[in-house]
Amino acid sequence: MRDYDRLLRVVSKAMIPFIVVFALYVQFHGDFGPGGGFQAGVILAAGLIFYSLIYGLENTKKLIPPRVVEVLTATGVSLYIFVGMIGIYRGSDFLDYSVLAQDAVHGQHYGIFLIELGVGITVFAVMVIIFYMFVGRRRES
Amino acid sequence: MLSSQLPALQVVIPLVAAPICVFFRNPRIAWLIALIASSLTFMVSIGLFLQVQQLGVISYEMGNWSPPWGIEYRVDNVNAYILLIVSSIGALVTAYAYPSLKREIDTNRHYLFWTSYLLCLTGLLGVTITGDAFNIFVFLEISSLSTYVLIALGKSRLALYAAFRYLILGTIGATFIVIGIGLLYLMTGTLNLYDLASRLGDMDLAQPQLAALAFLTVGISLKLALFPLHLWLPNAYAFAPSVATSFLAATATKVAVYLLLRFAYDVFGKSQIFSELPLGEVLLVLSIVAMFVASTVAIYQDDVKRMFAYSSVAQIGYITLGASFASQTALTASIVHLFNHAITKGAIFLLLGIVAFQIGQPTFTKIKGLGKKMPWTSFGMVLCGLSLIGVPGTAGFISKWYLILAVLERGWWWLAAMILASSLLAILYIWRFVETAYFVTDAEDNTIELGSKIPFSMATVTVLFVLACLFFGFHTEFSVDSASEAARVLLEYTRQ
Repeated sequence: MRDYDRLLRVVSKAMIPFIVVFALYVQFHGDFGPGGGFQAGVILAAGLIFYSLIYGLENTKKLIPPRVVEVLTATGVSLYIFVGMIGIYRGSDFLDYSVLAQDAVHGQHYGIFLIELGVGITVFAVMVIIFYMFVGRRRES
Repeated sequence: MLSSQLPALQVVIPLVAAPICVFFRNPRIAWLIALIASSLTFMVSIGLFLQVQQLGVISYEMGNWSPPWGIEYRVDNVNAYILLIVSSIGALVTAYAYPSLKREIDTNRHYLFWTSYLLCLTGLLGVTITGDAFNIFVFLEISSLSTYVLIALGKSRLALYAAFRYLILGTIGATFIVIGIGLLYLMTGTLNLYDLASRLGDMDLAQPQLAALAFLTVGISLKLALFPLHLWLPNAYAFAPSVATSFLAATATKVAVYLLLRFAYDVFGKSQIFSELPLGEVLLVLSIVAMFVASTVAIYQDDVKRMFAYSSVAQIGYITLGASFASQTALTASIVHLFNHAITKGAIFLLLGIVAFQIGQPTFTKIKGLGKKMPWTSFGMVLCGLSLIGVPGTAGFISKWYLILAVLERGWWWLAAMILASSLLAILYIWRFVETAYFVTDAEDNTIELGSKIPFSMATVTVLFVLACLFFGFHTEFSVDSASEAARVLLEYTRQ
């Protein structure tokens, strides 16, 4: 790498951890304040895309292979539906969080936490997959 | 009790199966998962249909939040019937699909096809079953987005163009629908369809409500391919994989028609829009134009799939014609034609799938002498063609019979004559197929090379569909009685 890349590499190395932590904050604080899975997924994906812009697509694909990303898209949705199905299993309706724990308040808390996690995983994975596809396309031609 | 969970399971089963296909990636396993899921979905819809017959309207509270605040799934005679149509075709087409897909799509993309197919099924069933206006929009988007993928998976590069065109028009349609729903929410403060109907009934139709009705009607008409908003349909049907065409032609537009009926008769039912507004007249004129123009255009197509796609636009004209005047017989005709056209067009595209399996994309130059080479398939096409025309003894006759009865009830002889005249156009394009397949003997180079035997699964499902076209031409207890019951439920508000 040429010397003037150094600035970018140093700055990005310093910033990416904060982007990831902020994504996690938005993810897990989403049920108390503004935020949630959708925003967190996008922020996390933005962190990864940032990494790939500086360190290259090959390194990023080593970090998270496309195959894994594809599985993650399905994992998030499955987690969402799975939580919904517990409601049916416990004798209530689909997506009823109240029956997830010993009392309704805890149940609602767990429910929204897991559902948002599912949303976060899928949004992150879909953002990354779109990025991989666009970038990969240019390399082919 | 599981039986009380049927409304949720109707949508959840295909939704669960869709991501599982991505986990496995194997084409055979993905197909098996889709087959199991769509069969279970079919059983659930039978269960729901029977429950509604016995107990009346079923209301299901999503997440145990009571309506009108929470999302309500509401099954009555109307959508139980539509759910049955959609899920039965979903299951049968899946059973048919494996060999056909193997020929038309790379095996490493099969799992993507099945994921989209199951998501599309989820969306269509969701739109039909939900009693919440915003939920309708969400499911509509699920089904539309997956439909674009299904179409784009077609073999020819034109499939991408067709999918993109549908994406643009479909998105405009969906935007119109969400604007309409937004306006209704603004004016009434509720999204629950049942609640919306009673609140709209208590207020005058002011500008915003009229605008909402206009946006909804145009948006839904785009989705159901009402003339002149049908331009996305012919290419989409022609270039999608055969399996996707059969499924979409038999279900997607039908669900959109259901939405039109639901909004016009239920949500705006108490506002008496058919007597106060020219909605019926507009639908009537566009339907008649669709019947004539689309049938005429169909005659001049070179691609057989494209010809039948235009025929679909014409047939949708008959359905909306029945929906355009608020009478029991006309609505029955409209709803029974949803069913009859679904099985007829389903059968035709499944047959064309077999033709495509043997000779590739069927064009009129390629199918010369098809009657000799593939006698059963061609004969099936003729039978289904008769059903499209509406010859007595086929399912198509039943719907046209009720439609003409409804028209004569009003004393509109001219319209009855026009329906018959448009059927003559159908004879012309079906005849073109018959002539090419049976009577053109191209001695010099008979191009048809039969690849292999027709796989058992494809043959069985197709025969089932063709027989259904004949069966429902004689035994109308199920199709007509359920349709007339559905029509009665829809007209409850309008009659008051």
